[in-house]
Amino acid sequence: MPTQYVTFRIQDALYGVEVMRVSETLGHHARTPVPLAPVGIAGLVNLRGQVVMTVDLRPRLGFEALAPATESMMIVVEVEDGSISLLVDEVGEVLTLDDDQFETPPDTLPAHVRDLITGAFKLETGLLLTLDVDAALAA
Amino acid sequence: MEDIDDIVQEFLVESYENLDQLDQDLVALESAPSSRELLSSVFRTIHTIKGTSGFLAFSDLERVAHVGESLLVQLRDGQRQMDQHTTDVLLRMVDVIREILGRIETTGTEGGVEVDDTVAAIQRTLDGETAHAAPAAGAAVTEPAVAEPVVAEPAVAESAVAEPAVSAAPAVPVAPAASVAPAESAAPAVTEPAATEPAPAEQTAPTGGIRVATAPQPAPASSVTPPAGTPVSTQPPAPAAAPAPAAAVSAASETPTGRSSSESSIRVDIGLLDELMRQVGELVLVRNQISQLAGFDSDAELTRSSQRLSLIASELQEGVMKTRMQPIDHIWSKMPRIVRDLAAACGVDVRLDMVGGDTELDRSLLESVKDPLTHLVRNAIDHGIETPATRVANGKSSTGVLTLRAYHAGGQVMVEVRDDGAGIDPERVAAKAVERGLKTPEQLDSMTSNEILNLVFLPGFSTAAVVTNVSGRGVGMDVVRSNIESIGGSVEVDSDVGRGTTWRLRIPLTLAIMPALTVRSGSEIYAIPQVSLQELVALDKQKTRDAIEHIGAAEVYRLRGALLPLVRLSDVLGQSQGDVDSAVIAVLQADNQRFGLIVDRVLNNEEIVVKPLATQLKSIGIYAGATLMGEGQVALILDVQAIARRTLSGDIPDTDQRGADDRTSGGHEVQELLVVTAGAGRRVAIPLAAVTRLEQVAADRMEFVGGHEVIQYRDAIVPVMRLARALGSFDGESEDLSLVVFTRGHRTIAMVVDEIIEIVNDDGVDRSAVDDIGLLGSIVLSGRVTELLDVPAALAQADPLFYQDEIDDVSSLTKTSEMAGV
Repeated sequence: MPTQYVTFRIQDALYGVEVMRVSETLGHHARTPVPLAPVGIAGLVNLRGQVVMTVDLRPRLGFEALAPATESMMIVVEVEDGSISLLVDEVGEVLTLDDDQFETPPDTLPAHVRDLITGAFKLETGLLLTLDVDAALAA
Repeated sequence: MEDIDDIVQEFLVESYENLDQLDQDLVALESAPSSRELLSSVFRTIHTIKGTSGFLAFSDLERVAHVGESLLVQLRDGQRQMDQHTTDVLLRMVDVIREILGRIETTGTEGGVEVDDTVAAIQRTLDGETAHAAPAAGAAVTEPAVAEPVVAEPAVAESAVAEPAVSAAPAVPVAPAASVAPAESAAPAVTEPAATEPAPAEQTAPTGGIRVATAPQPAPASSVTPPAGTPVSTQPPAPAAAPAPAAAVSAASETPTGRSSSESSIRVDIGLLDELMRQVGELVLVRNQISQLAGFDSDAELTRSSQRLSLIASELQEGVMKTRMQPIDHIWSKMPRIVRDLAAACGVDVRLDMVGGDTELDRSLLESVKDPLTHLVRNAIDHGIETPATRVANGKSSTGVLTLRAYHAGGQVMVEVRDDGAGIDPERVAAKAVERGLKTPEQLDSMTSNEILNLVFLPGFSTAAVVTNVSGRGVGMDVVRSNIESIGGSVEVDSDVGRGTTWRLRIPLTLAIMPALTVRSGSEIYAIPQVSLQELVALDKQKTRDAIEHIGAAEVYRLRGALLPLVRLSDVLGQSQGDVDSAVIAVLQADNQRFGLIVDRVLNNEEIVVKPLATQLKSIGIYAGATLMGEGQVALILDVQAIARRTLSGDIPDTDQRGADDRTSGGHEVQELLVVTAGAGRRVAIPLAAVTRLEQVAADRMEFVGGHEVIQYRDAIVPVMRLARALGSFDGESEDLSLVVFTRGHRTIAMVVDEIIEIVNDDGVDRSAVDDIGLLGSIVLSGRVTELLDVPAALAQADPLFYQDEIDDVSSLTKTSEMAGV
């Protein structure tokens, strides 16, 4: 059964989130930092009157966290108790992908990354890693 | 399928609402048994539930409602007077119905709830009445009123009539309420005279017989009306309607009158309201943006439109806020039932007065107030109001009065629970506090009676001499207080012995909006709830240096002579502290502690809209929520209580923990002295070098181990010594204890002093020897004679080993682990 994914790039790698989980993609919003927040939480943004937590996946993926003032695009994803917004470098197109292109994550992935990735689609242009949003939050 | 679920859901919502009304009506009926309006209302409710449950095939529910309805018909038609027994049975029916509804709500089916007992109980009541008719006729001469069905007496008649009566009774109620009214009101005429007039027994028996005989046919419900009418129509010869005034009235006032609210209001899903509220919030933000844009533009038309938009948005916001407000009646409506049941259980007579039920509160707050209020009401009846005999003996009317009162005051809602009972005896409270080890007799001596009354809010306190199943298990008042405080309110108590007790709850109007002070720390804005804020102290650059003093690593400020522990917001937030020219101390009150929070700048006083935080951020434990500033920027709301708990119990490290071993007293060079008072105003100086920290703790944190006072401090059990006692005098105590904490190696002692006065420099002169245990001598400080404490000697009283341990390694170890642990 084909599934639709919203694709995005973080540090040149291509990731995807099921389209049903995504409520919108947005340009840069100023983030209010939250001192003492767990690593990976990049502050709060005001989305039309709602205070939404932003998540920077970079530290979880093994990269350095984005500096607080750096501009970044966002993908707003629905989670259990509301919405969160993921900081991404670039939002790509929505792809409809068939399960036969799918493979579970390779064992060579570092453990902390493997928690985040449910698997990979083999595209002609490269790999699309599917993201487990809930795991990303459970940091 | 979904349609059915919707219907069931609607049925549940409606029924719950009706049941609350029912509770109220039934209790009200007891005091006004002839109220047609109340009876009709009760009847309609049960009738609706029965009808719908039949339609939805909830047969147990239908069965219960059915017999209940039968009983109600008798009441409505004046065949039976409302009495306590009847009320009990009907209330029991309401409980069972509620239980079944709860079951339906959770499981979707009604199975598993025991209904037979209740059905039988109601049936017995019904039978009691039916059977009662015969013997009552004979007894009527002496007892014409016929209020209580005498069940035991008519044993024979009962067995004869009971069986058919079961099916007979239901026959009547099924008749559509309004249309058959005349026929029904005629029916009572049959039995009414039998009961009130001394008619011959033989004549009465056949009357009952007719009813029984005709009933079995219509028993299968629905098409019952005609047969029910038949016996009625045969009855006209029965001696007129005159002895049954209630029945006569029924025909006239049958038109429904109650529930007028149902016509002027609709039910709205809370989710929808929340959504509206959110959208209005967005609208307001857009409005702000437009206003800003219009401000730059010179176009008059645009400016005008933007102003109108602004106005409308504000009004809309206000209107939507109002939709969330509900009258406090919603939670009071349960009280008459609770009061009635409890009063009966406790053997007291209570009249419940409710004033100001239309006072409105935010819905979410209303929920949080419910339990504390219920507890206070229970408490008032169980402990407050005396038995009728006692009351009369004390010259009061035998019925106690419990008053619930709600009103607006100063932007808050006040809710009072007042009884005119025995009041709370401070002596008993005091005795209990000592018995429970919560206070010592010495402490109590120095407390005002009001302070003593407030001891009832301490955990583990209960004055009930006998533990009842209603209250008195030592849980309660402390929970009431913590519940009310958790929504930003407070609770206080007033009591006159012999005259009564008043509990007063102060509750904020709404949780969604609160007044706050916005401050800046670093580059970010934070909001401090006004409710915790006491005052602001501005420090300019010059003053900052001098005004902030240090005790060990802790910063303190002398606020009108009292030492105020200081906490830097930048430290709390784990941020580097910029070189700030000026700073402001926000004096905050948290629980029983007062402290100063140092912020860079104060911005504004404003009403902020509280937005919830994601769980990950809540668990950090220093933020109460977030809010949006005018420009759309997000600001975090500080949780003052949590910050106090974290910082004042020492989560922020003492960066300056020098080896404590060198810090003993007695040096003759210039040293800093901490001046405290202990026992009857004696001024005692403690070399500051020996002191590790100063703490202010609630007196109730003291605990006892083997007869010695201890306190839990930084995850350790620390022995407590009272300086006044060590010096041979008595200490006067209040709710707060000032502690001077000494740490050496891994040993810590907390010394209780009366008051921490100041820190002064001692140049070593003006010293004279004093021959007293624990003192090195006396010196003149700030113009007053002050005794200098011999710290080692004094501490040895609490912990003889304090200065004996070899601590070289231990001390550095402790230091490292403490630093690492943060």
